[in-house]
Amino acid sequence: MTTQRPKSLRRRPLPVIPPEAARTGLRQLGIDTTDWDYVVTLAGNPNTGKSTVFNQLTGLRQHVGNWPGKTVARAEGGFEFEGKKYKLVDLPGTYSLLSASTDEEIARDFILFGRPDCTIIVVDATVLERNLNLVLQILEITDRAVVCLNLMDEAQRKGIRVNHKTLAKDLGIPVIPTVARTGHGMPELLRVVAGVAAGRITTRPHRISAKGAAARSVEQLVEQIEAVYPGLPNARWVAMRLLEGDKRVEDAIRTGEIAELVAEQQLEPANAAHH
Amino acid sequence: MSTNTAAAASRILESAERLRRGLDVAFRDQMIEAIYDDANAIAGRAIRRGRAAGPTWDEKLDRILTSRLWAFPIMLVGLALVFWITIVGANYPSQALAFVFFKFEDFAAGLFDSIGIPWWLTGFLWHGVYRGLAWVISVMLPPMAIFFPVFTILENLGYLPRVAFNMDWLFKRVGAHGKQALTMSMGFGCNAAGVIACRVIDSPRERLIAILTNNFVPCNGRFPTLIMLATIFVAAAFPPALASFAAAGSVVGVVLIGVFFTLVVSWLLSRTVLRGEASSFTLELPPYRRPNIGQILYTSIIDRTLFVLWRAILMAAPAGGAIWLLSNITVGGVSLTEWVSSVLDPLGQAIGLDGVILLAYIIAIPANEIVVPTIIMAYLGAGMMLELDSFAELQTLLIDQQGWTLLTAVCLMLFSLLHNPCSTTIWTMYKETGSKKWTALGALMPLAIAFVVCFAVAQTVRFLF
Repeated sequence: MTTQRPKSLRRRPLPVIPPEAARTGLRQLGIDTTDWDYVVTLAGNPNTGKSTVFNQLTGLRQHVGNWPGKTVARAEGGFEFEGKKYKLVDLPGTYSLLSASTDEEIARDFILFGRPDCTIIVVDATVLERNLNLVLQILEITDRAVVCLNLMDEAQRKGIRVNHKTLAKDLGIPVIPTVARTGHGMPELLRVVAGVAAGRITTRPHRISAKGAAARSVEQLVEQIEAVYPGLPNARWVAMRLLEGDKRVEDAIRTGEIAELVAEQQLEPANAAHH
Repeated sequence: MSTNTAAAASRILESAERLRRGLDVAFRDQMIEAIYDDANAIAGRAIRRGRAAGPTWDEKLDRILTSRLWAFPIMLVGLALVFWITIVGANYPSQALAFVFFKFEDFAAGLFDSIGIPWWLTGFLWHGVYRGLAWVISVMLPPMAIFFPVFTILENLGYLPRVAFNMDWLFKRVGAHGKQALTMSMGFGCNAAGVIACRVIDSPRERLIAILTNNFVPCNGRFPTLIMLATIFVAAAFPPALASFAAAGSVVGVVLIGVFFTLVVSWLLSRTVLRGEASSFTLELPPYRRPNIGQILYTSIIDRTLFVLWRAILMAAPAGGAIWLLSNITVGGVSLTEWVSSVLDPLGQAIGLDGVILLAYIIAIPANEIVVPTIIMAYLGAGMMLELDSFAELQTLLIDQQGWTLLTAVCLMLFSLLHNPCSTTIWTMYKETGSKKWTALGALMPLAIAFVVCFAVAQTVRFLF
């Protein structure tokens, strides 16, 4: 059921460097990811155009720096924008972060433990509701996220109009409508990515509204977790994973990996501003 | 990490455990529901659908095919229709093939005799090896050549993911993965292929459950047995106009029993050796596509039918030879077949079968396809020149001469459905799990279930009547 990236890449037309993006100061660095200032990651459902966005930003057209696992591939590339260098990590496409599949674990672990400075969530505008499931789950892990509302041209053709301002207000993070294939919306996307990565744009991410006994259990556990790890950015998510019996997160607590997240957090004073 | 933090960490894990136990609905289900509700609400506020375009035809179709009310009846009728087409369509070609093949056997054996070739060579080659081949081809080729294309049409239409969608809740309830409905469907073609298809299930626990239970859907090698028994024993009890429907219905019944055992065994496994909760997944219903008939005929005839038939032929030739030898080598005036089957007979009788049937299942471990031919050859023994080119004659042999009853047929159907997988499937299980322990469980557990179920059925029926 997973989509293999190489095939979808071959089918797509070669990415064009959007002239307006060039004017706004994008420099595609291809596989050069040395001395980066910020780490940005691409997440999203399969077949939403993540790879196209990746190619648009890095100028890469092939599989360079691609580590094939059994079914998993994580691609890396670089770009420079307004004097800052970014490392861009393309994650495997997943529908959720809840199951134990290898793809989902890689995506989740990178967002949680890789602590990207910004996560671009690529969303298919034609099937928004299904894509939002993943968006909501990612927002529980990180508040440094941006939605790239892609395939707007297809949505229009199907008579679906998405109000990105309402969506941004509901999700509490920037939402940029794009047509990645043609490069439409890429300059705006870059601008908000840079803003979120540098901490200039603060977000108030949507929280999953658990009800009743489940909500009370989460609250109780969050209190306890925050008391032990003050400053942990995603205590709520950790609590939810523990209630579900997630072995990976249980291990992270047992081995102290979670504590390291807090330590990292305190080393980066610039990031602490929006917690 | 300081000991303080370590203690605090284990306290967190303890309270998580305690809170989790305190919830009556699984936390995971509550969260998934909350996520879906939120996503639904947010999407609802953000989306405006232009020109009130009503639902497209495939959305309407999906609504019916996956509806609460119609999903299961449609699946059942579809399954019955596939079997009915197979049974009705295969009947005549099977008889015609058998007629031609056995006429040729007589002719060739006569020719060998007339030019002075020793009787044992003629017997071994023509009444052993050749007869095994002839049986396998005439019994298997027609149903396969019909079943595979019809099944592939359903696959190409995009119906199988809808089946998985409909059955998801059943598998979830027994602690297995919803995609197991897909791997189960692949098992209809061939259990070895079904076991390989289990790769689509990511969680190792649920993948093992799917692998271990795949055997409970009857593969193509076992369909001919089921169809033959349904035709001879079930259809015969109905007026001719209804016979084919009764036969198809009873095969559907056997398949449903198989699905029932799949669910029960999955449930038992997920409560005992493979404990855990079902993981959620997203299954995208692909768009309906018009099947490409040319491609279907090619893939189902070349890739599947001939592939499976070739495998059966490779197994049937030596099995035919072996049966002929067993029937013609005598020790103290009794042939080896009679000798072995009389040893197995008490065990066979206890589970509603007989010694010859058990012997056939031992010889047929490499391929289930040859069970019926082996049984018939063993019954016919060495010198008998009975022509078996129609179901009517087969009926005479089994019922009048060998004393089969409806109970024998029912027990044989159940045994065929539940018993151990063929050696190819066992080997595939080993390659996929990499574990001798799981492979052994996958081979022996169904065998044990088959014995227990057949024993219970046989004893109950004998007690009641």
